[in-house]
Amino acid sequence: MTTAPLDKPMPLVKPRLSHTALFWSGFALVLALLIVAPLVLPEFWGGFLTEILIWGLLAMSSDLLIGYTGMVSFGHSAFFGLGMYGAAAALLVVNPPNLWLAIVFGLAGAAGAALFVAYFSTRLRDIYFAITTLIFSQIFYVIIFTWTAVTGGENGLIFNRPRFSIPFIYSADFTPVTMHWFVLAVVTASYLILRRVTQSPFGMVLQSIRENEFRTRAIGYPVQRYKIVSVMLSGLFAGLAGVLYAVQKEFAAPDFVYFLTSGETVIYNVMGGVGTLVGPIVGAGFFQLMRQFLSEYFGDQFPYLIPLGIIFIVMIIFLPQGLLGFARRWLNK
Amino acid sequence: MDAVGQFFHAIPIDLIIIQTVNGIVTGMILALVASGLTLIFGIMDVVNFAHGELFMFGAYMGVLVFAATGNFWLSLVAAALIIAVFGAVLQIVTLRPLIGRDPLNTILATFGISLVLQNYALWQFGPVARRIPEPLNLYFNMFYLQYPWYRILIAVLSAAIIGGFWLFLKYSKFGVWIRATTQDRVMAQAMGIPVPLVYTGVFALGAAMAAASGVLFAPLTGVSHTMGLDWVLKAFVVVVLGGMGNLGGSVVAAIFISLLESYASVVVDPSEAVIVSFVVLILTLLFRPTGLFATPK
Repeated sequence: MTTAPLDKPMPLVKPRLSHTALFWSGFALVLALLIVAPLVLPEFWGGFLTEILIWGLLAMSSDLLIGYTGMVSFGHSAFFGLGMYGAAAALLVVNPPNLWLAIVFGLAGAAGAALFVAYFSTRLRDIYFAITTLIFSQIFYVIIFTWTAVTGGENGLIFNRPRFSIPFIYSADFTPVTMHWFVLAVVTASYLILRRVTQSPFGMVLQSIRENEFRTRAIGYPVQRYKIVSVMLSGLFAGLAGVLYAVQKEFAAPDFVYFLTSGETVIYNVMGGVGTLVGPIVGAGFFQLMRQFLSEYFGDQFPYLIPLGIIFIVMIIFLPQGLLGFARRWLNK
Repeated sequence: MDAVGQFFHAIPIDLIIIQTVNGIVTGMILALVASGLTLIFGIMDVVNFAHGELFMFGAYMGVLVFAATGNFWLSLVAAALIIAVFGAVLQIVTLRPLIGRDPLNTILATFGISLVLQNYALWQFGPVARRIPEPLNLYFNMFYLQYPWYRILIAVLSAAIIGGFWLFLKYSKFGVWIRATTQDRVMAQAMGIPVPLVYTGVFALGAAMAAASGVLFAPLTGVSHTMGLDWVLKAFVVVVLGGMGNLGGSVVAAIFISLLESYASVVVDPSEAVIVSFVVLILTLLFRPTGLFATPK
């Protein structure tokens, strides 16, 4: 977003709250609500909120590509899944299981997958990029699904949740509440990092690639290198979401590497509003709440994706900016 | 000399010939699916994610009509017609409002459609695969196999449909409209061609071709709600290999990919053989990003 000198507020007679103060107080308010939530909510809904935050992180990572670089990835399930299986490897092989090692392993797995995908698919643009990322994620799915000896195949892997530890200082078992706080801390930190990235000169180049790739190249930016870095960055955060999910649920399953996860990630983005970073979290919350509501109201067997898919199509046609689209400029300032 | 003889003796010629025939048969079905996809893309710039679901719905329509009438050929025609109408309605309701927007919007919309259709099929028809018996119970001997004539017939029929479609594009009035719209949308409109109607017609045609291939394929493995994604992925690979919007290229690429996969499934599990076509895609993207059979402009 360009901030031309003209956009600066004119000196007013009455002093108004600056955008910065308003934004950060809103941020603090939402954060405070999310910190208190698991203490107030019943346990089921607390865990549900934690899960929404994790899906939100996955969607937020994909928003870096969709909303800022202008590339729709249909392959985020691969990064999420590799993060999950990486964490599983660390938790199963190293004894006693260590949380930080799980994160390192998960991020390494996701980074490897992201480097592979980024190198090939950034040669292509638009729909070609979308299709190739989808096909790459299916390659990872087929490998994980058929390599039963290592990945457990269709059954996946089951492991124990590691303890929360700060080396030499503190160590405790996770309770649902501390798990929520841990996830919240990771998601908040990721948000702040991603927000900083999108506002940095690097992020500005990404946005100029979105607006006009040829011109960006003509100015002299190595567009493909920028794209590779943005896919890798996005893949890392998606992998982080995978690690969190594995730690919270204590299992890794091939279902999450399947294309449907990528599709749902894109849905969260579109529903919440691309290019806002927080929008995808709102989208994930909206989607999961609707899903929960539908299966509670109509029973477990109800094909919740039919009404949600129709809402999704209607939103693309009539509300392409998503739920938070109206606040897009304000959130990115 | 002896070693060379042994080497050639070790190659299972019979197996390779059987797999070649199998590959050509699936390749022709795939070509039929992919030509609808590439047609829709070439003209409307729409990557139709729901194409696999149209294939699957076509197969289910075939199952339903077959259950009612008992006539395979009738169900083939009926399914194609029903899905053509359905495709036209889909295009009018969901894709027409998106004309002129970023093409990524259409990929998202068709993705939404595919989710809805797939879950509807699961809800309506259940998770158990349905079957249509083969309409032709004749076999011929191929080595140790009783090879069904029906499979040969599939290949011939698919080729006939694609050939007929090609003639239609070349000589009929609507075909000329379609080609004119592909070349230059604005000019075509200026010359009085009803471009929105062409769009709807093309989508309906592509849907009908997907449905026909679905019914043709149904007797081979049965019909289930998940069959769409496999086919649409393969069709994507074919369309990228053949060059988007290139009909001849996609037919050749479809046969090429299917042959590769059926040879690979001699060595590895068929579910892993898919990776071979993905690897071909990656190599193509590396060395010939415009497609293997694209004509340089």
